[in-house]
Amino acid sequence: MSTTTDSIAIDRDIGNFFYNVAATRDAGVGLTEQTIDYIVDVKKEPEWLREFRKNAYHVFNSKPLPTHWAGDELKEIDFNVIRYYLASGEAPKRTWEEVPEDIKRTFERLGIPESERKFLAGVEAQFDSEAVYSNVKKAVSDQGVIFMGSTDALKERPDLFRKWFGRVIPTGDNKFSALNSAVFSGGSFIYVPPGVKVKHPLQAYFRINAENFGQFERTLIIADEGSEVMYMEGCTAPKFTTATLHSAVVELVALPGAKIQYITVQNWAPNVFNLVTKRGLAMEEAEIKWIDCNIGSRLTMKYPGVVLKGRKARGEVISIALAGDGQHQDTGAKMIHAADETSSNIVSKSISIGKGRATYRGLVHVPKHLKGCKNNTECDALLINANSRTDTYPAITVRGTGNSTQHEASVSQINAEQIFYMQQRGLSEGQAMSLAVNGFVNDLVSQFPMEYSVELKRLIDLEMEGSVG
Amino acid sequence: MSSIVIDDLHVSVADKEIIQGLSLEFSTGEIHAVMGPNGSGKSTLAKVMAGHPDYQVTRGEILMDGVSILEMEPDERSRRGLFMAFQYPMEIPGVSNANFLRAALQARLPEGEELDAIEFYQRLYQKMDLLDIRREFTGRAVNEGFSGGEKKRNEILQLAMLEPTFAVLDETDSGLDIDALKVVAKGVNTICGPGIGILLITHYQRLLNYIVPDFVHVMSEGRIVRSGGKELALELESKGYDWLKARKPETVGAN
Repeated sequence: MSTTTDSIAIDRDIGNFFYNVAATRDAGVGLTEQTIDYIVDVKKEPEWLREFRKNAYHVFNSKPLPTHWAGDELKEIDFNVIRYYLASGEAPKRTWEEVPEDIKRTFERLGIPESERKFLAGVEAQFDSEAVYSNVKKAVSDQGVIFMGSTDALKERPDLFRKWFGRVIPTGDNKFSALNSAVFSGGSFIYVPPGVKVKHPLQAYFRINAENFGQFERTLIIADEGSEVMYMEGCTAPKFTTATLHSAVVELVALPGAKIQYITVQNWAPNVFNLVTKRGLAMEEAEIKWIDCNIGSRLTMKYPGVVLKGRKARGEVISIALAGDGQHQDTGAKMIHAADETSSNIVSKSISIGKGRATYRGLVHVPKHLKGCKNNTECDALLINANSRTDTYPAITVRGTGNSTQHEASVSQINAEQIFYMQQRGLSEGQAMSLAVNGFVNDLVSQFPMEYSVELKRLIDLEMEGSVG
Repeated sequence: MSSIVIDDLHVSVADKEIIQGLSLEFSTGEIHAVMGPNGSGKSTLAKVMAGHPDYQVTRGEILMDGVSILEMEPDERSRRGLFMAFQYPMEIPGVSNANFLRAALQARLPEGEELDAIEFYQRLYQKMDLLDIRREFTGRAVNEGFSGGEKKRNEILQLAMLEPTFAVLDETDSGLDIDALKVVAKGVNTICGPGIGILLITHYQRLLNYIVPDFVHVMSEGRIVRSGGKELALELESKGYDWLKARKPETVGAN
């Protein structure tokens, strides 16, 4: 690897640049038991975790690729050429001044320190495998809120961490949750004490900087009784010629009466395989809301879910997927009703451009013995070109007499007369498309925090303007 | 003074020739009415001027201040000052009227320049008042769920905000009751002046009671068969279109 620091190649997308940063901790290429030993040793992890990881490694090997779902694209991933752990070996810094120059510059270009000053309660910035910066505002930590990298949490709060780790998403949930369990590193850990309402959002930013690399962060958020927290994550990677893998596991635990809102705006380069498992556990009268925006990547497979475990728990998934030419967004939601009077709401909007493909996969499960459960599912697809593709696979099983579900789906295409109308008012074809797409997702975007809705609009503009000559 | 010159225009849609040698000139400061029975090619004229991709010009020219616009994209024609009020305005779900107008005005500014939001709203409210449009209208999605009258008023509002050099109003009177017609006409009358040339395309004479044209042209079978002053419209009203159909085309210059 060369050591020049100014080899920047900027494309139209914001994340597509990189500074060469040499990692001193490198698990090498490919995945074997030795890779896991290396990670455990370098991170100085306890023995139970070594066992946990090795077990997960075997589960990963035993499960076939889910090609029957997303298709043969998954076969393009060569697990033997991927690097599973890359880090500097340094602990995350509390101030940006302490962060190494090139890494700091990377996050400055992505606007992270600026957002932190303006509106965030805390920030964690992950660079490849580990957090390089982690800070939470004093007013928030004084309330007893814990916000740190999961690597640190394992050491500093093993009691809290181990109690919930792997409880919402077991290792064997799917092939990629097993992979994550085997090699996870980084991710956020949040604990909000009973009754504490965190006013401003906590944010994590996941940056892949290296080629042939796999990022496997593990996030665990526990909101204790009656507390409230909003967490946002952003992700980017430069555009490399070879495939990059991002495979996270995110577990949320909302104890009775707690509220968790989890917002993702991802803007992956078009060669990233993004295979993520996200699920929350909502106890009595708790509420979990996933807001998920999937832009970019070669293939995304992600179905945020909520297990509605306590009476009157509420779950919500709001998702926007934009499948550009040659991309496949296979996204959706899972709602597992496991208590009376639980309710869930799914609103999914997808946009397919060119040969882009958007798939909605939904699972709603209400068993027979429950009473007073409600689900509402709405999925709308917008096709930009005649060769764009969308598929909807809703699997709704609602049994029992006192439960109800409502499902609506629509597919529309931007028509030439609409574009002509907007062009007649002076907008270029790209601007017209972009306006139509922004209009299509407008009712969902208006639920985002202001800063994120602006960011999302900008990403849609870039994507649409790039899609017409 | 600016002018549009249409010279020996032939236009086909899906290989069928709709306009067959039409010539017409108009300038800023003038109001021209183009009248004609259904199927005479009136709406085709509006669409081909605006650059609709389905309409092929097989012969002839359209010049704006001496420059051919035929190779220009619809948006470039618009930014050069050509506006068309649609007979059937399109709905744009999720995009508010205010945002749409802002985007259209922003598209006219040089790169890097931002539209002044306060000035924009002041001007927007002033034009809305003129057209009896309520404030809440700005937040509604463009034409979505609008009545026929609201859609047409919205077209005139856009016209007022974009301040084009030339405006082609394609059957703006169709589907309007008399009150809505009066409001639309009032809007157009406040916009008229030395800085704008207006081409009113209409089937009925009724609109011309409220917007008085300087010139009237009658279209039949894809060409202009008769041109004259505003009294021509009244003559058509009493005699119908049939008496003109058989006649050979006559050219009466607009200037």
